[in-house]
Amino acid sequence: MNDDVLLLGGKEFSNRLLTGTGKFGNHGQIPKMLAASGSQMITVALRRVDISAQSENILEYIPKNVTLLPNTSGARNAEQAVRVARIAREAGCGDFIKIEVITDMKYLMPDNWETLKATEILAKEGFQVLPYVLPDLPLAKRLENAGAAAVMPLGAPIGTNRGLETKPLIAMLIENASVPIVVDAGIGKPSQAAAAMEMGADAVLVNTAIATARDPEAMGRAFDLAVKAGRTAYLAEMAEASTLARASSPLTGFLDE
Amino acid sequence: MSFYKVVEQYRDFDVPNFFDQVSDEDIILSLAKEKPGPMDFLTLLSPRAAGHLEAMAHKAHQLTVQYFGRTIQMFIPLYISNHCNNGCAYCGFNHKNPILRRKLSLEEIEIEAKAIAKTGMQHVLFLTGEAQHMTPMSYLVDAAQLLKKHFASVAIEVYPLEIEEYRQLYKAGVDSMTMFQETYDEGVYKRVHLAGKKMDYNWRLNGPERAAKGGMRVVNLGPLLGLSEPRREMFFTGLHANYLENKYIDTEVAISLPRFNEAEGDFQPDYLVNDKTFVQFMTALRIFLPRSGLTVSTRENANFRDRILPLGVTRYSAGSSTGVGGYTEIPDGQTPQFEITDARSVAQVADAILAQGYQPIYKDWDCI
Repeated sequence: MNDDVLLLGGKEFSNRLLTGTGKFGNHGQIPKMLAASGSQMITVALRRVDISAQSENILEYIPKNVTLLPNTSGARNAEQAVRVARIAREAGCGDFIKIEVITDMKYLMPDNWETLKATEILAKEGFQVLPYVLPDLPLAKRLENAGAAAVMPLGAPIGTNRGLETKPLIAMLIENASVPIVVDAGIGKPSQAAAAMEMGADAVLVNTAIATARDPEAMGRAFDLAVKAGRTAYLAEMAEASTLARASSPLTGFLDE
Repeated sequence: MSFYKVVEQYRDFDVPNFFDQVSDEDIILSLAKEKPGPMDFLTLLSPRAAGHLEAMAHKAHQLTVQYFGRTIQMFIPLYISNHCNNGCAYCGFNHKNPILRRKLSLEEIEIEAKAIAKTGMQHVLFLTGEAQHMTPMSYLVDAAQLLKKHFASVAIEVYPLEIEEYRQLYKAGVDSMTMFQETYDEGVYKRVHLAGKKMDYNWRLNGPERAAKGGMRVVNLGPLLGLSEPRREMFFTGLHANYLENKYIDTEVAISLPRFNEAEGDFQPDYLVNDKTFVQFMTALRIFLPRSGLTVSTRENANFRDRILPLGVTRYSAGSSTGVGGYTEIPDGQTPQFEITDARSVAQVADAILAQGYQPIYKDWDCI
């Protein structure tokens, strides 16, 4: 598996589990979780980063060898997302940006329209844009054309732990996209992460399920193993599940003898 | 349509009779629902549901961790004026109270802001009484712009405004507004609000909705528990939040549960809410409205605040002074709006939050 690298935004990653910094009961758990999970990219809400450094700075808990993926959480339109992205870059958070535009505080569904607008602007400014969207194939194609570095469809609404409820829609993206597909949001269990990888997702992003586990470090490790298992299965080209039983010695084999 | 239509819809609803009919099976059913409705919420507010408090607490805890994580967002109030024309029977700032009246100048606000910013606080809530001639819109806008220089997030708890005025304050850097209806019972409302513009029940009731229309990101509601029958008050508070959440999906709705505390003027509330009932209210709210913010202020004492952390709270005030100019001066002769019972510093509250396995959040949004 060593040569199985994920190329994302011009950077190579040997680990396909992306993690997040939100919801931890103590920021001190973050570096331990990163070490245990092997995650090489972590998303952080710029809304919670204190650039003026008057209070505790969450960035201090992220080791230098882990790539930062600042996100625009809290933005309610493209304009705000663009501003947050520019501030993140100026603050030294790098060129990666996860666009998260949410105009619905009830279900926290991404606003695909505003997200596309922000992606168009930021990709032109040289950002490596990872838009968080409701899976929609025509939209994914527009995002690609706009220069997105990946597309991040949700499995289920943020924080719901409901798993791959949008599976058939994500499958369309996987089949047709030319950029990596990173399943983001809704993954509540390692088995669901494995399922996303088995179906051919390039990576998954998991935050709530790890951060709110009683032992985030152990849960990080569990997700790492699940992602690796799912990826390995995908590469091994699993036999399709079938409703018909298939005998390991074909019943009609004798006809060809 | 305004929320008043919902008030009318339930005004004559026989709550005591409904409570008499509630069975343990009803409570278990309401608790098990994925999407509890208003009647499930009322079921969980019933006296009988107190017998299911542990199960309610577990569900509230699980939902809060799921949607908010183990985090508590912190903010600090800043009283910039106690001038008030209203005659609220329960309030220390009542126009009839012979207290020292004061309005901070912009220079004084800046001195206070600097003192607060040193504690690490980045979310500030500024408050005034209702005295438009003393604290007009122009003053509020100036205060907001000034505070925005020192804080990531600025919130207001001032008299009710017009939509356009909320919009103006939003542009000046204010992202959240707080407004307590005090009581949803119109009869009681009339009895305790004896002078000033606050006598107009509907003008106040629709304040949060006007704020949402004016672009405020967060709208924080609440009753003042003790004025009217508390279970009924909680029911209307939940309905109000639910109404706003459904109608303004881009507005974050939060709820406070202030309960009676001593204030100037020897007001005796008709009802007292004990700790157990308070926790029942808090957990019922969380179950009914899983994504709403829940704010608990320093009206509650330190020990109680530490214990209720896992039960649904998402926001804490800390290091508060409820007098005007209270952060930089010894408030001589100053009468607070209400008494504080958690007098710990910002750092002490943050440490207590950490000790409970929760992460204090100093900054959660910057209205850039």
